[in-house]
Amino acid sequence: MKKKEHLQEQKSGSISRRSAIKLGAGLAAGSAFGFPAIVQAQSDAIKIGHLTPMTGFLGALGGWAVMGIQMAAEEINAAGGVMGRKLEVNSEDSINPDTAATKAQRILERDGAEFLMGEISSASALAISQVAARNKRLFMALGPRSDTLRGKSCNRYMFCTDIPNTVMVNAVGNALLRDNMVRGKKFHTLTADYIFGHDLLRAAKQFFDANDATLIGDELVATDVTDFSPYLLKIRQSKPDVVCLNLAGNQVTNFVKQYAEYGLPFPTVGFNLNTADAWAAGEGNLSGTWPTVWYHTLSNPRSFEFVASFWKKYGKPPENHAWIEYIALKLVAQAMEETKSTDSEKLIAHFEKGAKFDILKNREAYFRSWDHQLIQEGFPFTIKAKGKAVDQWDLLELGPAVPGADQSLEVIYPTKQQNPCTLA
Amino acid sequence: MQIVFLLEQVVNGLVLGGYYLLIALGLSLIFSVGGVVNLAHGAFYAIGAYVSIEIGKLLGFTWGVALSPVVVAVLGILFERFILRRFYQSDPILSLLVTFGLAMVAEQLIRIIWGSAPIPTSMPALMKGPVIIGEFLFSKYRLLLLAVVAVVLVGIWFLLHKTSFGRVVRAGIQQPDMVAALGIRLQPYMTAIIILGVGMAALGGALFAPIAIVHPAMGAEIITVAFVVVVIGGLGSFWGVVISALLVGVVRGITIHFVPAAGEASMYVLMFLVLLFLPRGLLGERIEKFD
Repeated sequence: MKKKEHLQEQKSGSISRRSAIKLGAGLAAGSAFGFPAIVQAQSDAIKIGHLTPMTGFLGALGGWAVMGIQMAAEEINAAGGVMGRKLEVNSEDSINPDTAATKAQRILERDGAEFLMGEISSASALAISQVAARNKRLFMALGPRSDTLRGKSCNRYMFCTDIPNTVMVNAVGNALLRDNMVRGKKFHTLTADYIFGHDLLRAAKQFFDANDATLIGDELVATDVTDFSPYLLKIRQSKPDVVCLNLAGNQVTNFVKQYAEYGLPFPTVGFNLNTADAWAAGEGNLSGTWPTVWYHTLSNPRSFEFVASFWKKYGKPPENHAWIEYIALKLVAQAMEETKSTDSEKLIAHFEKGAKFDILKNREAYFRSWDHQLIQEGFPFTIKAKGKAVDQWDLLELGPAVPGADQSLEVIYPTKQQNPCTLA
Repeated sequence: MQIVFLLEQVVNGLVLGGYYLLIALGLSLIFSVGGVVNLAHGAFYAIGAYVSIEIGKLLGFTWGVALSPVVVAVLGILFERFILRRFYQSDPILSLLVTFGLAMVAEQLIRIIWGSAPIPTSMPALMKGPVIIGEFLFSKYRLLLLAVVAVVLVGIWFLLHKTSFGRVVRAGIQQPDMVAALGIRLQPYMTAIIILGVGMAALGGALFAPIAIVHPAMGAEIITVAFVVVVIGGLGSFWGVVISALLVGVVRGITIHFVPAAGEASMYVLMFLVLLFLPRGLLGERIEKFD
């Protein structure tokens, strides 16, 4: 009898309740996992592979990166695309260097992407850059800050858009020198234990050596550390004048919260902080002087315009990774228009010629031909005094741009003598 | 002075171990009684943190911490009734797979509801700051956390060892068939264990939210440590898990004191050494149904 009913159900074309629930659950799970969007794009769309960490200790930053680049793509497409062709940016989780390299190869080989963009982890960016070089395709490394990527490990096919570690150290360093917090002072550093952190520590050590500061403690911290209490005790035991942080991603937020929890008396400074880390730290926990590449309160009319559109679209202001991904896609689109090509070699030649780009700051930026990094201003910032913030996002007090308007942008970047990269 | 510094790390490690215990004890109980490897345990920890923040916005921090485990325990009942119950008699690999999938679904749900960006949290100003006793420095908040853990621990121990409920649960771990033969259904006991287990995980999440980053993947981060603690402690043993959690906290602290970069690896080395000499863990009992 049951079988008969079942057959009747099938015949009538309906599905049983159980099947419907299964189907619904399957679909819900599928959408939750973010099955790659199957976009019926026009066949002549310009495909761009976008890799960024969406999980792990940099996952929170990757979320902002995706928002920024997708908004730029929508704006470009709404304005008619590039050379009349739509842009199709497929964002994927890069996860770790191994997976990032595998995905990069697949994206270029099978998905038909013209070139690659994205990444925040310096280690994954290094892996992707090697795939890009093998395939002779452009890779715009948008978020990684390691000097090594622009130095020893630079390659012809990789262009780096974020400020490197040396610039962050210089941006904060100048502010610290001004406040008499370097000469003759004892520093204790905590450093993220991977290529980015090591690199940042190297730049920090050079800065300390050059400015008569002493490093009395120096701890490497694994990227998955959530509890910093043993490190805090070591800092207390070493009694430094200043605690200096070369941490990355979630590490920064965890440290900042726990430093406030333990109430240690030493001032903190950091050579790396993303706005997302500051926002996640919670009220009253963050202190000290830090560097940034861009902040949404930067006084610039075009920057304000971008912030307003982003806020309208996502209900919150853009974090610096959203900004950098946004301006990076815009500048690549501009380069494609100017060269009338999507060919990696032509784009590389265009960048190397010193093409100028509006990056929503007061001075235009350009790629340096011999190390392929975007030359731009940086900013030191401190934390706004309690009661001065307009809203929950308004935490930082931006200092003046570094370098000053009367100086060359390159004075804060490694010189040819300091940087082993020689591409041109 | 070096000895004092080291002692300070040991004491600090014990406090951290107490916190690990909240997560690991529930995991151990659920596996011991139901034979279910609950990979979704971390998800309840994460949901506990998020729910405590939401409740905290309305009723304040303390109510957030107090009520979040209750809300999550209700989710735990649904979890047990509609998912876990189907897997008690099956191959553990099936429950492992289903809870693994559930953990991912939960993480994505958190992303959909609260977004992928971390949620800012801080503790009441009163709880912030250090307590200095002699040469030792403690975080005021963590001492409070330790007190909460101690109360929970005593409560669980009492429940398991001094009540008829506990006798059935302990018998159920070793001899479920015999318990059934005596006419006792283990089902309601399992529901109660799930409520306790996920409630403790949620309490852990709520208590850790003010001092660590609150983000969708936080559950996946804690689950590994919790498993290491359970494996070192040994299945079926209340005290095994207690000793193991404290040991992991202390070993981590001491390692960071001497070799900071090896801090996170220390617990895995400890696990390796313990399993080498004591394959069932420190105080693990022989559980026939798992042999």
